[in-house]
Amino acid sequence: MKWPKFPNPGLDNRIPSHGDLERMEKEEAGDRPQWDNKAQYLLTCVGFCVGLGNVWRFPYLCQSHGGGAFMIPFLILLVLEGIPLLHLEFAIGQRLRKGSVGVWRSINPYLTGVGIASLFVSFLVGMYYNTIMAWIMWYLFNSFQNPLPWSQCPLNANRTGVVDECARSSTVDYFWYRETLNTSTAIDDAGGLQWWMVMALVAAWTVLYVCCIRGIETTGKAVYITSTLPYLVLTIFLIRGLTLKGSVEGIKFLFTPDVNELMNPATWLDAGAQVFYSFSLAFGGLISFSSYNSVHNNCEMDAVLISIINGCTSVYSATVIYSIIGFRATQNFDACMSDNIIKLMNAFNLPEKNITDSNYEDMLNHYNQTNPDIILGLDLKTCDMQVYLSQGVEGTGLAFIVFTEAIIKMPISPLWAVLFFIMLFCLGLSTMFGNIEGVVVPLQDLNILPKTWPKEIFCGLTCLVSFGLGLIFALRSGNYWLALFDNFAGSIPLLVIGFCEMVAVIYIYGIDRFNKDIEFMVGHRPNIFWQATWRVISPLIMIFILIFYFVTQVTKSLTYLVWDSESESFPTLENREYPPWIYVIIFILAGFPSLSIPVVAIFKFIQKKCCKHNDHSGDSVESISAKIQMSDKIKF
Amino acid sequence: MSRLCVGSSHAYKVRISIKTALGNQAYVWNDNEMYLFRAAMAFALRSYHNGQEFNVSNIMVCNETPRVSFWFVVSSPENSSVLLKKGDVENAIRKSRNRINGAFLLTDQTLEFIDIPPTLAAPVMPVTPPWLIVFGVVMGAVGAGIIFLLVSSLVQSKRKKNKKTLDEDREDMRGIENGLGCDNLGGVYNTTFSDGDKFTPM
Repeated sequence: MKWPKFPNPGLDNRIPSHGDLERMEKEEAGDRPQWDNKAQYLLTCVGFCVGLGNVWRFPYLCQSHGGGAFMIPFLILLVLEGIPLLHLEFAIGQRLRKGSVGVWRSINPYLTGVGIASLFVSFLVGMYYNTIMAWIMWYLFNSFQNPLPWSQCPLNANRTGVVDECARSSTVDYFWYRETLNTSTAIDDAGGLQWWMVMALVAAWTVLYVCCIRGIETTGKAVYITSTLPYLVLTIFLIRGLTLKGSVEGIKFLFTPDVNELMNPATWLDAGAQVFYSFSLAFGGLISFSSYNSVHNNCEMDAVLISIINGCTSVYSATVIYSIIGFRATQNFDACMSDNIIKLMNAFNLPEKNITDSNYEDMLNHYNQTNPDIILGLDLKTCDMQVYLSQGVEGTGLAFIVFTEAIIKMPISPLWAVLFFIMLFCLGLSTMFGNIEGVVVPLQDLNILPKTWPKEIFCGLTCLVSFGLGLIFALRSGNYWLALFDNFAGSIPLLVIGFCEMVAVIYIYGIDRFNKDIEFMVGHRPNIFWQATWRVISPLIMIFILIFYFVTQVTKSLTYLVWDSESESFPTLENREYPPWIYVIIFILAGFPSLSIPVVAIFKFIQKKCCKHNDHSGDSVESISAKIQMSDKIKF
Repeated sequence: MSRLCVGSSHAYKVRISIKTALGNQAYVWNDNEMYLFRAAMAFALRSYHNGQEFNVSNIMVCNETPRVSFWFVVSSPENSSVLLKKGDVENAIRKSRNRINGAFLLTDQTLEFIDIPPTLAAPVMPVTPPWLIVFGVVMGAVGAGIIFLLVSSLVQSKRKKNKKTLDEDREDMRGIENGLGCDNLGGVYNTTFSDGDKFTPM
């Protein structure tokens, strides 16, 4: 049975044939860059996939969706959605030997929009992701002192006590919201540029530029460190964490399975979305990276290997994070209990050590019956371990509030702070390499700028423009803008692009041709698992996730969390509605990339129709040598 | 006297937490320790009010509890029925707080004078914030790296350009001589595209 396929005339003229590929392989022709060795390629892909999301998104999802039971939807969707999509991107990049715009343009000129959408998304995500890198660098720079700046509240003006905002919340909250972000109370209240944030942004973009300056020539060297160091630091933290009191509580809390969560569709939706985003699919970077491979590289093994590494890293880092969270929760619980005990002892003038953790409850009940009014006046807090374990453990809150608080409770805090932020920095930097690749290579392919300009200038322009636009995140309301970008630029467009990629390769390029290509490259035809997932299962899963995601986003009211010292719920963040003009911004962020796919197709259609009047030659004779860059040595 | 001791405008409450401070090495609070306390108070008052000779008898303690907490009032050395006002006592205690703490091996938190907040140590602020120093180091290294890489790629591309013009000059010479001039170029020459074609008779 022949699998349905859209008609696609002229495909053979646009892509190199198998014979051309063999010839290119032997001559090492073209000035296309190449990997020094396989390890570089694997480390770069692992670095791109393994990012901050593995550290601060997956553990939260795992714990909130039933702990150990979350592994089931995660693993199922990893196998059915992640690995096939990854293999598809690797194979198509290796076969067509171009970046994302080049690949989709080769398959069909009307699909250029998919590549352009990838370009936009990579650009937008790169902008805000590097701001997070700037925050990490700020914390890293501030970790080289003892005591750490987020362990103390500053004194107020007349030196009688600490600053009020700090006293009411906590030292880590104050350092994050006031001294780092200097956050305003609403997204419309822009505030001014914070000079220290601008400097941190400069640092982040220049470090990125120096690593990406010559493309994979320089990033290939950098990944030896940025991709391996996080694993070393995670192991160090695991060993440190397991020796701390209360760490096992955290790990138990993480993995305790709640099988009922499997009935909740939100669990499956979150698992699918996490698998998709975690693999950095649809950014175009992976296609680019695999296009530098030799033609007969075994992309199938690579896809499986990288998927396994990514999944294992998620679980490993979740364990480490939660061991430290368990420690912090135990510390807070102990502090809360001893606080209550001291209050009780002071009120009734009992000798010290009369009340301990074990008899606290009995004593409290006893005194509640004899002197209830005094007990009321004491304002005793309920100390609940579960509350401490489930506090703010996602995203920037995890890294900059919860984890930093845990670090100041450990001995030799600056060392742990430096290690932690270097790990986050490496994780983020290696992901940024893929983002930059996903922007620079399509820019070169689109021929907007002169081709003679070296890669250094493309890279520099990208970094400069991203930095300039990214200054919005250095405003006082920058944190809210970043959350907006994160929610809308990096979610729906990626799902749309991913779905279009699948359809393009399977139905427009043709699954039969694709199978033959893989047989040519790897040596054997992809087996029934790949056939089933590529043709049916993965596209269906993508559609489901896309529809459900879209529906949940559209139906829920648009609110965001603000840090407002005047609000009643302070220090908890307050929910506030977005102002009406935000909808325009959201449309630009989510709609622009997604709509560029049909818009570019229509544009190309119009271009073809109107150019047909002027250009009587119709299909110009396009020789293969014009498509494949030949070496300078060969001259006619 | 005792009704003036507790809660009046001249009395202070003291709370001592020895076990919290010293753990296993905690000493037992007894009358001797109380005598030391009264002596320490007298010392503090003497240091503050130069000249007035306070004695242990001027410090009166009452309402001792097993918590170890108690109230005390201070009477003037000249007239034992006149009590010192809170403000004077507070300043005296503030001035000699460290010495009083030291006598008991305690801290501001474990030897509490209710209503006298401990003087907060100002956080040490170095002249240049440490983060600026690290920032400077990182930016210096990165800047040097960028300059080095840009210069080296400029040098490389210049070298390639020179080699290219050299190659072009050499190739111009090819047709002039007998086509065997290609031997001088060295390396492997792909004869498929050489000008040998012009010798092929049509």
